[in-house]
Amino acid sequence: MEKFKTISSTVVPLPIENVDTDQIIPARFLKATSKLGFGDNLFRDWRYDKNDQPNPDFVLNNPTYSGEILVAGKNFGSGSSREHAAWAIAGYGFKIVISSFFADIFKNNAMNNGVLPVVVSEAFLAEIFSSVENNPKTIITVDLQNQTVTNTATNKSEKFDINSYKKECFLQGFDDIDYLLAKKQIIEQYEDKQSDVAYFLTT
Amino acid sequence: MKKTLFEKIWDAHVISEVNDGPTQLYIDRMYCHEVTSPQAFDGIRKRGLTVFRPKQVTCIPDHNIPTINQEKPIEDPISRHQVQALDSNAKEYNLQYFPMGHNKNGIIHVVGPENGLSLPGMTMVCGDSHTSTHGALGAVAFGIGTSEVEMVLATQCIFQSKPKTMRISVNGNLKDGVSAKDIALYIIAKMTTGGATGYFVEYAGSAVQALSMEGRLTLCNLSIEMGARGGMVAPDETTFEYIKGREFAPKGEEWDKALAYWKSLPTDEGAQFDKDIAFDAADIEPMITYGTNPGMGLGITESIPSLDSIDEAGRISFVKSLDYMGFKPGDKMIGKPIDYVFLGSCTNGRIEDFRAFASLVKGKKKADNVVVWLVPGSWAVEKQIKEEGIDTILTEAGFVLRQPGCSACLAMNDDKVPAGKYAVSTSNRNFEGRQGPGARTILAGPLVAAAAAITGKITDPRTL
Ligand code: SF4
Repeated sequence: MEKFKTISSTVVPLPIENVDTDQIIPARFLKATSKLGFGDNLFRDWRYDKNDQPNPDFVLNNPTYSGEILVAGKNFGSGSSREHAAWAIAGYGFKIVISSFFADIFKNNAMNNGVLPVVVSEAFLAEIFSSVENNPKTIITVDLQNQTVTNTATNKSEKFDINSYKKECFLQGFDDIDYLLAKKQIIEQYEDKQSDVAYFLTT
Repeated sequence: MKKTLFEKIWDAHVISEVNDGPTQLYIDRMYCHEVTSPQAFDGIRKRGLTVFRPKQVTCIPDHNIPTINQEKPIEDPISRHQVQALDSNAKEYNLQYFPMGHNKNGIIHVVGPENGLSLPGMTMVCGDSHTSTHGALGAVAFGIGTSEVEMVLATQCIFQSKPKTMRISVNGNLKDGVSAKDIALYIIAKMTTGGATGYFVEYAGSAVQALSMEGRLTLCNLSIEMGARGGMVAPDETTFEYIKGREFAPKGEEWDKALAYWKSLPTDEGAQFDKDIAFDAADIEPMITYGTNPGMGLGITESIPSLDSIDEAGRISFVKSLDYMGFKPGDKMIGKPIDYVFLGSCTNGRIEDFRAFASLVKGKKKADNVVVWLVPGSWAVEKQIKEEGIDTILTEAGFVLRQPGCSACLAMNDDKVPAGKYAVSTSNRNFEGRQGPGARTILAGPLVAAAAAITGKITDPRTL
C-alpha cells in the first residue's frame, strides 16, 4: 500500500443516498480473477446507457467535476461484501470517499485498499454539496495526521474519526496481513487451548 | 459478568487486541465461493504463503453456475474461468471442495447448515454478505471482503472491530400466511437499510423461538439488509434436533460434549444489549417491496407512501427509486401485473420454501404470461423435493424445476430478468439491476411468489 499524505483536491459530488455496491460495480463485472481494471466499470449502469454510450447526465461524464475525492450521500456502500466495489473506486483514482455514513463492510474493504472513508456530519456534507454546486473547483482538504477535513470554500473544518491502528497503517503504508503473520505463535497457542474446550470447532 | 450470546462466542475467539485498534479474532470455519476468493488465493501466493488451516476452509462454487445442463461445461467463458480458478485453488491447497454437480453442491449458505458444517458457538466467515445466515444456529457468522479472505487463508484470523449488540424481539403469534421472510422484511422496513449498521443482532422473543431452523436461517440471512454485521438466534432444542445426525456434526461422545457447551451459550438473563427493540408478531402482514432497497417494504394490502410523507433529504432517492420501478407514490401494490417469478436463493431456497410454494399452487395452473424460475438452494434440497413428491405437484401446475445455484438472485449466470420487466423474487435484494440490467425486483416470501405465479399479478395469498 502507498503511504497516505494530506490530500487537497477538487471533488466529484454524488448527492444520492444509499448508493449500494450493485451500483458501484454491477454483478456482471465481478468475473475477473485479478484486482485490475474495475475502475472502468465504476458506476457502470449510471455512467453508460444501454448502448454503452456515456450518459452525459452522470457526474463522472461531466468534465466540470474531477478529483481524487468522491463525496456521496448518506449510507454509501450498502449491500454486498464485494471488495470489487473498493477496487473500482480505487481503480478509478479516488483516494478518499466522504459521506455522512458508510456501510460497515464497505468501510473495511475501502481501508484495506488504501481508500480512506471520511465520515462527516450531515450539515457539513450538505455544505460541501452546495459549495461544489456553486463552484465546481472547490478544494476539499483531508489531513489524516490531524484527522481534519476542510471545505476551503467556507473555510470550515471538521474532525473525523479513525482508530489509531488504521491511521498508522495508512500513514506507514502497511497492511493487516503483515501484522497478523507476526502473531503465528499466539494463534497456535490459542488453538491448543481451544482444542480442550471445544475441539469440534476446529477439526 | 452477565453476557449475551454474541459476547460469549466473540470473547471465546479473541486472540489479541490492538491498542485503540481492531481485535484479532480466531475463525473456526471459512467458506469460499468463486467470485470473491481468486484474488485472495493470488495474494497468499504472491506473499509466498500457503493456507494455514486447510481443514477449516470449504470451497463451493455457487454464484456463476447455470441452472440447466450443469453436466456440461459452463458456456460463458468468463464464468467458466472463475469456477475453474476455485477448482484449482481448492485442489492445490487441499481444501474441502464440493464442485459443480457434486451432491453437496449448492448455495454456500444452504449447504453449510444442511451438512452440519455450520455449528453453534462457531465463528464463521465467507466473502459474502449473507454469511449472516449461519448465525441462525447460534453462531457468529459474517461477510468479509477479499483482503480479509486472504487474512484468514494466511492466518485463520481476522481483524475486526467489535460490533455493538442489539436484540430484536418479536413477541406473540404470527398470523396465518406470515412467514420468516415477512418478519424480516417487516423489521427491515421499520429499521431502514442502515438502521442496524455497526450492530450484531440477536433475534429473540416467542415468535422467533417458534420458528423452525429453516425460518431462522431466512431471518438471519436478511440481517445484512438493515446494515447489521450479522444476526443470530440462541441455540435451543430446535437447533439441536436440526443438527443431530448431519454429516459433519459431532457424533457420540463428541456430541454430548458439544451439547453441554452449546447449552451454555444463550444470553444470560439480565445481560445488557446496546440496543433492545421489540415488535409485536400480530402487526406483521405478508410483505412486499415497492422500491430499490429492501427497506422499502409494505404489508401487501398497503399503498406506496405519498411524496410528502418522505423526509426532504430522502426524496431524491425515493423519486429515483419509484421512477426505476415504474410506480407512483400512493399506488396500491395489489393487482400490479408482473412478468417473472423467482423462488430460490440463500433466503428462500430451502425445502420449507418449496413446500410452501407447492401448498399454494397445488391443483392450480401457472399464469401463461409469467416466466417462473424455481431453483432449489442445493442438490440436497432438490433430492428432498423429489422424495416428497413436490416436483409432481409443481409439474402438474405447469412449473419446471431447475438445477441448484444462486441463479436470478444476482443474475451472474444466464437467469436474467430483462430490462423493464417485473419479477416477484424470494431473494434478498431489489437493488437496481440486481436481477439483470434494468430489471425491476419486488421482494416477497414464497407464498406471495406462488400467488403471483398463479395469477400473473401481485395477489394476497390469503385470498386464494
Ligand atoms: S443466493 Fe444470492 S444472496 Fe445468496 S449467496 Fe447467492 S447471490 Fe448471494
